[in-house]
Amino acid sequence: MWGVAVAPASATATGPVIFGTITTPEDEPVEGVTIDVAGPDGFTGSATTDAEGAWEVQVPSSGTYTIKLDESTLPEGLGLAAGSERTVTAFGGKVRVQFPTGDSVLEQSSKIDQVIQLTVDGLLLGLILALGAVGLSLIYGTTGLTNFAHGELVTLGALTTYFYSAILGLPLVLAAAAGLVTCGALGAVQDRVLWKQLRRRGTGLIAMLVVSIGLGIFLRYLFLFLFGGGTQQFPEFSGQAGLEIGPVSITPKAIIGALLAVAAILGTIYWLLRTRMGKASRAVADNPALASASGIDVERVINVVWILGATLAALAGVLTGLTSGVSWNMGQQILLLIFAAVTLGGLGTAFGALFGALIVGLLIQLSTLIIPPELKSVGALVILIAILLVRPQGLLGRRERIG
Amino acid sequence: MDFNQIITQTLTQAIGVSAVIYCLAAVGLNVHFGYTGLLNFGQAAFLAVAAYGLAVSVSRMGLSLWVGILVGIVAAILLALLLGVPTLRLRADYLAIVTIAAAEIIRLIVRSVTFREYFGGSDGITRFADEFYALNPFSGPIDLGIIKFSQNDAWVVTVGWVLIAFTSFVVWSLMRSPWGRVLKGIREDEDAVRSLGKNVYAYKMQALILGGVIGALGGFMAAIAFQSVQPDTYSTEFTFFVYTMLILGGAARIFGPILGAAIFWALLVFVGEFLNEAVNKGVITFLTNTQVGQIRFMLVGLGLMALMIFRPQGILGDRKELALDAR
Repeated sequence: MWGVAVAPASATATGPVIFGTITTPEDEPVEGVTIDVAGPDGFTGSATTDAEGAWEVQVPSSGTYTIKLDESTLPEGLGLAAGSERTVTAFGGKVRVQFPTGDSVLEQSSKIDQVIQLTVDGLLLGLILALGAVGLSLIYGTTGLTNFAHGELVTLGALTTYFYSAILGLPLVLAAAAGLVTCGALGAVQDRVLWKQLRRRGTGLIAMLVVSIGLGIFLRYLFLFLFGGGTQQFPEFSGQAGLEIGPVSITPKAIIGALLAVAAILGTIYWLLRTRMGKASRAVADNPALASASGIDVERVINVVWILGATLAALAGVLTGLTSGVSWNMGQQILLLIFAAVTLGGLGTAFGALFGALIVGLLIQLSTLIIPPELKSVGALVILIAILLVRPQGLLGRRERIG
Repeated sequence: MDFNQIITQTLTQAIGVSAVIYCLAAVGLNVHFGYTGLLNFGQAAFLAVAAYGLAVSVSRMGLSLWVGILVGIVAAILLALLLGVPTLRLRADYLAIVTIAAAEIIRLIVRSVTFREYFGGSDGITRFADEFYALNPFSGPIDLGIIKFSQNDAWVVTVGWVLIAFTSFVVWSLMRSPWGRVLKGIREDEDAVRSLGKNVYAYKMQALILGGVIGALGGFMAAIAFQSVQPDTYSTEFTFFVYTMLILGGAARIFGPILGAAIFWALLVFVGEFLNEAVNKGVITFLTNTQVGQIRFMLVGLGLMALMIFRPQGILGDRKELALDAR
């Protein structure tokens, strides 16, 4: 996406111009690189970069064009950082196409190094998914609600952090903390105002599922209304150079994010296994009536679970925002992957959700070794369906849950 | 404020092209969700495979439109089998998640650059339905005073409503047959039906196929009406809107999806036209036209919540019949 920027359109009678400049990572122009353009109605054209590294192809009409850089014409030791093929849609005017270059050593890195890099990327993604999945799973376990508005909790975390940092001007760390507290509080409010009332009315679980879809639609368009359709970056740490650790390239913010995610997950596990409230939440998940009869305040436990779930989701939102920006539908985009993680691990088991999320994250990144990156989510979803065929209760789920 | 224009637009859209498409999708979904209790959240996928089956057959393989429709129906049946085999034995929410996943898989594949030469990427495929318009008996636009259609829309809407009437009749007669009673039985209590010796799995599969094929008819109408198929039309949000219509009109009722789709579109268009007109004429100054569109969808979300909480049986429904908690 970022490789293609549409220049201000100037009306030309002769059709659009596709152009660009090839430079080395050190901003030295590269001369003599061949670029081929293919388009509708059998159009083909080609250009060679000049002494300034610039190239330009005049195309006959508006339409979609495929631009290919001939890698054999690049100088020795120089490779492409983001592939050699671009597809652009030109509507008159000029369209800039960029081919960022990098060391070809990285491009031709061995299969093993690629696997290591993708494994690290996959674990990072898996940790973010786990934050969403554990919260979703806890809420499902204690209340039976399949919450289709959970993605909006993720978005809310990123948006509140963006609000505190970019608009109120707090440092990002404080802003994120304030965002998490806000989201936890809003999670409690959401439970009190909406879900608690529905439970009291005896609303069925499927009906609540549909209510959560309605809430999700409402919140998404509210976010769009308030935030606009663009993707924004947090004011700090947006462009950060990667550290090279052995064969792995990783940004410091990703390392800190991963550590935070691990800490949050370990904290949740400790809470579940060791604290009174956590044990109570497992009792409620097991049998609400029995838990209530043995003196556990079920509604209070559920409220705490909502606070925890909303805070974990918000953290997932902040971490996603750090790496790929903040947008109004970012939560919706990862909701399906979170669901895949939860289903894979077994609905309603928090450990299963953690386990499932890491597997989904790894699968998504490692699948790019064999399938095009744009289809990586497809691979993960297909595997989700395949696993349901073989082991419908999920990897860590119990047989009775599948009904 | 031009109220005449607002009312004309509202009434036209209530029975117009979009209402027809959503209505067919809702009639199909009614078989799944209303009568059988299947939580199919991938109805958009049935429309998508049908529309793409048609478009690819005609524009990529040079087949006739009618062969394309056959291809689309076969694709919808295959999709139903593919979705049903892993999930119909499982609890309701598994089907929900898998159907959503399947709809996304199909959308991501048809919009990918990798398969661009077959499906046209995010631009989709255009101009493949000339054969349909060649049969158009209308010689000019239709203007009934308060309802206006262009020549082509009039033809699409006519065929669409004939299809709606036909499919509704089929659903009506099937649901009062022994076969339909078994479906309703499955919705109410699967184990009871099983104890009577019925093969629940096979019945669910047949229901999934029937509803899917009716949805596919909606996909054909969508592809033909706009002479184009685009992947992002068939998003999960589409399915959610169909659910809203179905619940609004009343699930497990023959006229539920029809009334629901008409009222949904009438309200959506009315709110949009009214607010836009108010913004354009300077009556409302704190909104822009883009924001009006967003407010409309916020209202859809709130409406779906309110309906489900306060009147889950919708306008026509019978609360006793619709036990939404068959899990």
